[in-house]
Amino acid sequence: MSRNRAILGHLYFALFVLYLLVPLAVMAGAAFNDSKLPTIAPWKGFTWAWFGDLWADQTLWGAFLNSILVALAVVALAVPIGTAAAIVLNSISGKYRATLYGFMVAPVLAPGLVIGISTVLFWNQLGRSTGADDFFLFGRGLHLAILGQVSYIAAYVMLLVLARLQSFDPGLEEAALDLGANHGQVLRRILLPHLYPAILASAAIAFFQSIENFNVTLFTKANETTLTVYVFSQVRSGITPKINALAFLLIVLTLALALIYEMKRRRRARIEAEREAEARRAEEAMLI
Amino acid sequence: MQDLLRRYGTGLTSVFCLLVAFWILVLIVLPNFAMFEQSFRPYLPVVEVGGPKDVYSFANYSKILDNGFESTIFGIPVTLPIHVLTFLDTVFFSALVTFFTLVFAYPLAYYLAKIASPRSIPTLLLLLFIPMWVSEALRAFAWYVILTFNGPLNAALKGLGIIEESIRWQNGIFTSYDAIVIVLTYCYVLFMLFPIYTAITSLDTNQIEAAEDLGSPWWRTHWRVVIPHAKPGIASGCVMVFMLSAGSLLVPTVVGSTKANWFPQTIYTWFNDALDWNTGAAYSMIFLLACIVFVILMMRLFRVKLSDIAK
Repeated sequence: MSRNRAILGHLYFALFVLYLLVPLAVMAGAAFNDSKLPTIAPWKGFTWAWFGDLWADQTLWGAFLNSILVALAVVALAVPIGTAAAIVLNSISGKYRATLYGFMVAPVLAPGLVIGISTVLFWNQLGRSTGADDFFLFGRGLHLAILGQVSYIAAYVMLLVLARLQSFDPGLEEAALDLGANHGQVLRRILLPHLYPAILASAAIAFFQSIENFNVTLFTKANETTLTVYVFSQVRSGITPKINALAFLLIVLTLALALIYEMKRRRRARIEAEREAEARRAEEAMLI
Repeated sequence: MQDLLRRYGTGLTSVFCLLVAFWILVLIVLPNFAMFEQSFRPYLPVVEVGGPKDVYSFANYSKILDNGFESTIFGIPVTLPIHVLTFLDTVFFSALVTFFTLVFAYPLAYYLAKIASPRSIPTLLLLLFIPMWVSEALRAFAWYVILTFNGPLNAALKGLGIIEESIRWQNGIFTSYDAIVIVLTYCYVLFMLFPIYTAITSLDTNQIEAAEDLGSPWWRTHWRVVIPHAKPGIASGCVMVFMLSAGSLLVPTVVGSTKANWFPQTIYTWFNDALDWNTGAAYSMIFLLACIVFVILMMRLFRVKLSDIAK
């Protein structure tokens, strides 16, 4: 009975992974079809031409660069804000904590387009009321995309850092203070080192969330675009398999990263297993 | 607060508080307030802003009731304003997407948490994560390639002799929203999987075995033991998937037929094509309110807290 169920489970998992990967494979395959439309059927012959087109597309590489820059700016803002928010939240309790927490996580659940529209309207109004309408910072543009994205990505940082703070022993800070450390040292030498794993993980998440972001960027951007928005506009206005070539490269990159990660993890696991086995042998030897 | 001052001193504490205040006020509260305020103002040329015509009214909100449209809901003919219809369609089909993702994800979450061998879990999770790293725009585009009229799906089905004529998948078979539902389900199913998986992992396997030893059939074990335990995860997944689906602009635009309108597309048209930001603001207020109502409803229904959902 339970073996049957396990087999059924394996089968379901395999089907599910197939379901997730086949569309990506079809899309990547179409990058090599010598057809004006992005498709794999009918197959009109193998070509590398779309990669040439991709390479020659200046707008796309500009958008790619923009995506990276926006993501870096988002990381630079969201990580300090989120970390500070977690520290502040951790030091208060009761009613205020619940309210503050509610305000902080609300943007995660809010639809991206609402965040985008409200950001644009606010800065626009600010520009009008200060009489500096034409000042570029108040108009639509990627800088507003950054601010809009930070408003919800900071919440992810806050949640991760807050979770890590639960395992922090405040006694260490007390000890440092008693031993004459100043406040800056307490933060830099005691608290932050404990938080680094969470901060690094949240920086990576913030970076990828920003690259992925579509809704906020679409509403806040002006002429300059990011990669996701560019792909979208290409798909909407008559597509060429150039985008498939891009998809192929990104999928290969993802697979390579996943493979490296998996190999590293396995090696670590093996070393750990060996160490454990050695410890066990040593223990047995001691008993004898 | 006293505690912060003692540990980090006045300087650092004020830096922390300034960062938090910037986030809460400048990035969250004030923009939403601006949207709220602007949604009651008429859309005017720049010179008339602040003039006699610039008064508060519900005019932008009542635009949603314009343009009656003949339609049928479950076979009953009704005349509804077209934007209200779009709104109802968006809510209904997002709920459908949420349901499908739940049905697909729950068995898999259970498999990962309780059946698969713990040693292979990291590898399995990595396999599932790969599509997540490919951007949503490309995932939607992949389905565009598959569903297109001269695409591989029609070719394969014709080759197998299942259909004789190519089908216009994007126009749909059951409703004009078929393609949107298929692709949204594909894009967001993992957002359902991971919260449920996390929730089931924390269930003690002994409880399942005890239920089985006492003669509970498998479905009752799930209904009475596993699902109640996974409730916060299910609630979290449902909220995430529903919000992402209802708020998606990309997927409906890429794969939707011309007959299938999604509410975010309506908002985008007001905002970007009509350049009527005020009406756009009014519509997104309506949308935001609907989302808040939905989250509160889910919290009531599943009896969970906000901190359970936002994880």
